[in-house]
Amino acid sequence: MQPAVPSAVDCRGVTKTYGEGETAVQALRGIDLDIRPGELMMLVGPSGCGKTTLISIIAGILDKSDGECRVFGDNLAAMNAAERTAWRRDSVGFVFQAFNLMPALTAAENVAIPLLIKGVPHREALDRAGAMLDRVGLGSRRHSLPSQLSGGQQQRVAIGRALVHEPRLVVCDEPTSSLDHETGHHVMEVLRDVAAVAERALVVVTHDARIFEFADRMARMDDGRITEVTDGARGAAPHGSMQ
Amino acid sequence: MNAIALKMLMGDRLKYFGLIAGIAFATMLILQQSSILIGFTRQTGAFIRDTAQADLWIMDPQVRFSQDQVPVRDTVVQLARGVSGVDWAVPMYQGFLRGKMPDGTRLTLILIGLDDATLMGGPPVIVDGSLADMRRDKAVFIQADKPEKKLMMKRGANRPLALGDRFSINDHEAVVTGTYRGRESFFWEPVIYTTYSRALQYAPPERNSLAFVLVKVKPGHDVKAVQRALEEKTGLAVHTNDEFIRITADYILNTTGILVNFGLAVALGILIGSLVAGQTFYNFTLDNLRHYGALKAMGVSNRQLMGMVLLQAGTVAVLGFGVGAGLGSGMGWIVASQGLAFSMPWYVATFAFVSILSVCGLAAWLSLRQVFKLEPAIVFKA
Repeated sequence: MQPAVPSAVDCRGVTKTYGEGETAVQALRGIDLDIRPGELMMLVGPSGCGKTTLISIIAGILDKSDGECRVFGDNLAAMNAAERTAWRRDSVGFVFQAFNLMPALTAAENVAIPLLIKGVPHREALDRAGAMLDRVGLGSRRHSLPSQLSGGQQQRVAIGRALVHEPRLVVCDEPTSSLDHETGHHVMEVLRDVAAVAERALVVVTHDARIFEFADRMARMDDGRITEVTDGARGAAPHGSMQ
Repeated sequence: MNAIALKMLMGDRLKYFGLIAGIAFATMLILQQSSILIGFTRQTGAFIRDTAQADLWIMDPQVRFSQDQVPVRDTVVQLARGVSGVDWAVPMYQGFLRGKMPDGTRLTLILIGLDDATLMGGPPVIVDGSLADMRRDKAVFIQADKPEKKLMMKRGANRPLALGDRFSINDHEAVVTGTYRGRESFFWEPVIYTTYSRALQYAPPERNSLAFVLVKVKPGHDVKAVQRALEEKTGLAVHTNDEFIRITADYILNTTGILVNFGLAVALGILIGSLVAGQTFYNFTLDNLRHYGALKAMGVSNRQLMGMVLLQAGTVAVLGFGVGAGLGSGMGWIVASQGLAFSMPWYVATFAFVSILSVCGLAAWLSLRQVFKLEPAIVFKA
């Protein structure tokens, strides 16, 4: 019997419909998913299956249509827009497929953004950002602009930005799809080594089979549903729950 | 977040300088057109400003502007002198007369006749000679500023009229005994000063020849009260310098169509400037929508985003205005040094600054609507 572990993410019957009437598109059709603290969960599946919609809901940047979703016990549906914005600021780190680094800011300044949003003084934010860049192996590039960095380096800066404010949840959208195999592998190593701590949950959306080995568990999605939850290469035991 | 906002603004040098250039261009358009209009307006009152020793002007109520000729009876001077609070009252002749320069060049001139005894109402700055030289035989004073424009002898001498020259006014001989410096006037005819009695000799005979009575109010007396008393006593119009300047400007600007034409030019300047500045800033914000989306996803509130966009708008407005005002002033200085109408008082600069700030504010508001509407989930779209 599976031991009761409090969920980092607990979704029950989550649906999402875009549009109305005849033009309505049901992107999620009753998702049940739990992700545990310290776990790296990959959401995999073909394009358009609802992966990005699901992490958008989990990260609190998209409203679900129905069901319930709690992240570390917080009910996102009960929050108003301002509370949810503040919750994202404090609790979520983002890694985007296109990196989304500010081209005019240096690597350190980009990493410092979540701290500046929280009101950390500029100097302190830059110091902490520099320390984070050291951890992702880019300490010597803190003054470089994104345009002066390779794709892999930019994604490592983005990982630093996602982690610098020590969020409890990190969501990554196709973090390696813009990178070659070797670079993508290295980026995932950095993500696993730096981000994966016991108190934090990582959700990685990908269809890049080359990085499946980094998953603790994988949830396969198709047509708005989770069809299968399996242990990944790092998974210790078969604890997948496909509801 | 302010530092991030400014870095976003200045990071792309091409866009940043494009923004500043657009707003500077808009500022220049607004300042130039407004300053030319103000310049024309000021020039209409040049003669009145040059005659600023008096507090009040007595004239026929039908007078519409400073060069209008509706003479009043000569006895008005004595009537005015009898009013309580009047320090002095002197007659002034003004008329458009024909002249002929030594080489035969003909001209139309404005002849001003000053009170023989006091020479009150004379030009503000004497360049050659002294005001007393006006009492010499056949003496007249001509303007020293750019005589080649208004007093050029083009039929042989090929030089402007100068000190010591003899010429004729209405077939009477006149001698240039002095020169003066006056304000650039809206009217293009040369203004020539002489004494009141000599002006009457030059002018064709009329029943009434007194154009104005200039009145100085005694110290300690209320100008408005004296003005009312003079109106009652003479039955004529009595205006302060400012009132007369305004009446003149209103008449000329409205009857010549300058106000409509330059008003339209100013409006076009604002419109074109607004479109250039607004569109450039709006595009800048739209170009950065993806970054604003990322910031929203990361937990930046709409209030913080508003602060960032307004800071960017305010920064480009101030910098663009500074550059535009500098260029506009420089061009204005060149234009004004050529004697053309250009005047940029503080309120025109303030008007331009408020206009530019409003335009950037409007562009920022329109941009913010896009930013506020932005779904942070946009960041997950590749």
